[in-house]
Amino acid sequence: MAELKKTSLYEAHERYGGNIVDFAGWALSVEFEGLTEEHEAVRKAAGLFDVSHMGEVEVKGSQAFDFVQNLITNDASVLEDNQVLYTLMCYPHGGVVDDLLVYKFAKDDILLVINASNIEKDYEWMKKNIGDYDVKLTNVSDNVSQIALQGPAAQKILQKLADTDLSDIGFFRCKRDVNVGGAKCLVSRTGYTGEDGFEIYLENGDATAVWDKVMEAGKEHGIKPVGLGARDTLRFEAALPLYGNELSEDITPLEAGLGFFVKLDKPNFIGKEVLVKQKQEGLKRKIVGFEMEGKGIPRHGYDVFADGKQIGFVTTGYYSPSLKKNIGLAMVDIEYSTLETPIEIKVRKRNVKARVISKKFYTKNYNKNTKTKK
Amino acid sequence: MNIIQGLYYTKDHDWVKVEGEKAYIGITQYAENKLGKIVYVELPEIDDEFAASEDYAVIESVKAATDCHMPITGKVVEVNEEVVDEPELLNADPFKNWMIAIEISDQSDLESLMDSKQYEDLCNELCSKCKG
Repeated sequence: MAELKKTSLYEAHERYGGNIVDFAGWALSVEFEGLTEEHEAVRKAAGLFDVSHMGEVEVKGSQAFDFVQNLITNDASVLEDNQVLYTLMCYPHGGVVDDLLVYKFAKDDILLVINASNIEKDYEWMKKNIGDYDVKLTNVSDNVSQIALQGPAAQKILQKLADTDLSDIGFFRCKRDVNVGGAKCLVSRTGYTGEDGFEIYLENGDATAVWDKVMEAGKEHGIKPVGLGARDTLRFEAALPLYGNELSEDITPLEAGLGFFVKLDKPNFIGKEVLVKQKQEGLKRKIVGFEMEGKGIPRHGYDVFADGKQIGFVTTGYYSPSLKKNIGLAMVDIEYSTLETPIEIKVRKRNVKARVISKKFYTKNYNKNTKTKK
Repeated sequence: MNIIQGLYYTKDHDWVKVEGEKAYIGITQYAENKLGKIVYVELPEIDDEFAASEDYAVIESVKAATDCHMPITGKVVEVNEEVVDEPELLNADPFKNWMIAIEISDQSDLESLMDSKQYEDLCNELCSKCKG
């Protein structure tokens, strides 16, 4: 694996017994102890993820805010300083460039966090859309490590190491220069699992020491290191989209069921015209949840049938570790998208019966009451 | 790592237990370990015929679906419905819980398989590479 990129935590992956694979050109662990054990640790206690492969782009300058507002579908004007926003950015034709987090420190100082496999594409896209905005973009992805601590015990564990009262950091809020185990970190109450937790950004040189300290502090709470396998099953159960599965340049955010993150009443943003038109005319297809009724596990890319014809494709499917059922997300023609509609999933050579269900497979356990709980 | 003497093995981590004209086929503990928690098994029908290296079954873990390749050419004479009903049996004891039994078409196919010593060497080599 000599040609694969390594995160600054590579040595920790080896030391913790990670099964290291090629993920979008990065050497990362698909699992440590085992997908199911790691999945359950995050749901019931805590899990620690190396997500240093994620990309970060700094946006600075007097028009940083205006530049970002034009780039994204969600409305950053609702953000106070040190608040975080989930959003998409689209092409003019409405397809998705990427989904991302917007960290607004100030109007002229914003951080965009993007998917690892899209870093170069996204950065080029941002540069292409600078236009006359007075803004300076810097791709700092290679200089930043990121670890995510997720699960109901996350706050208790991190609080042992942090110099800040973490209950001051609300849901989708962030704080800079938090001292975590001696390292200066950006800490946000965000994540990709459907549980309470934190994402911690820090300098590469500090990553291993902080990782080890969090693992030590979490020992009594049952913390486990978590690989990419459980990262995917966790986000899937919480119906959080993955670029390349639920999102792509051929899928609009409305089709993906992410209309909540598209503010069509915003004055301008790239892709607005097409999305407004799509909303007015009504969707022709959309992503739904489904549950298998016959035997078989749905997988990404399987075809979906109904009435003897193909009506869509599976975007993600799994045996759900929390629900212990075979469930999936699929893009289907709109006439087959209502709840309880019978559909069929082509599992290898057989069409297996399934039915459309709510995408809320798993009820998220976010902590949205931090300030009042203090 | 548990490896049983007297069985034949493949580099894909299948085991083959020969009883005269008949052979039982299953997966090894190494395979079971690599796959993780097994949640679904799809087996062929009795009388299905497969050439060596053809796909004859599918094992799905939480992670992914994995095809099983036929170690040697033969006709299916028994399928173990127990592992279809309880896929986790393959995790619990992969050597006891066979998947299919076949009628061996050509005994000389067995010469292409590994014995337990050769297979143990392979596992040790793989383990030192991936650190277990």
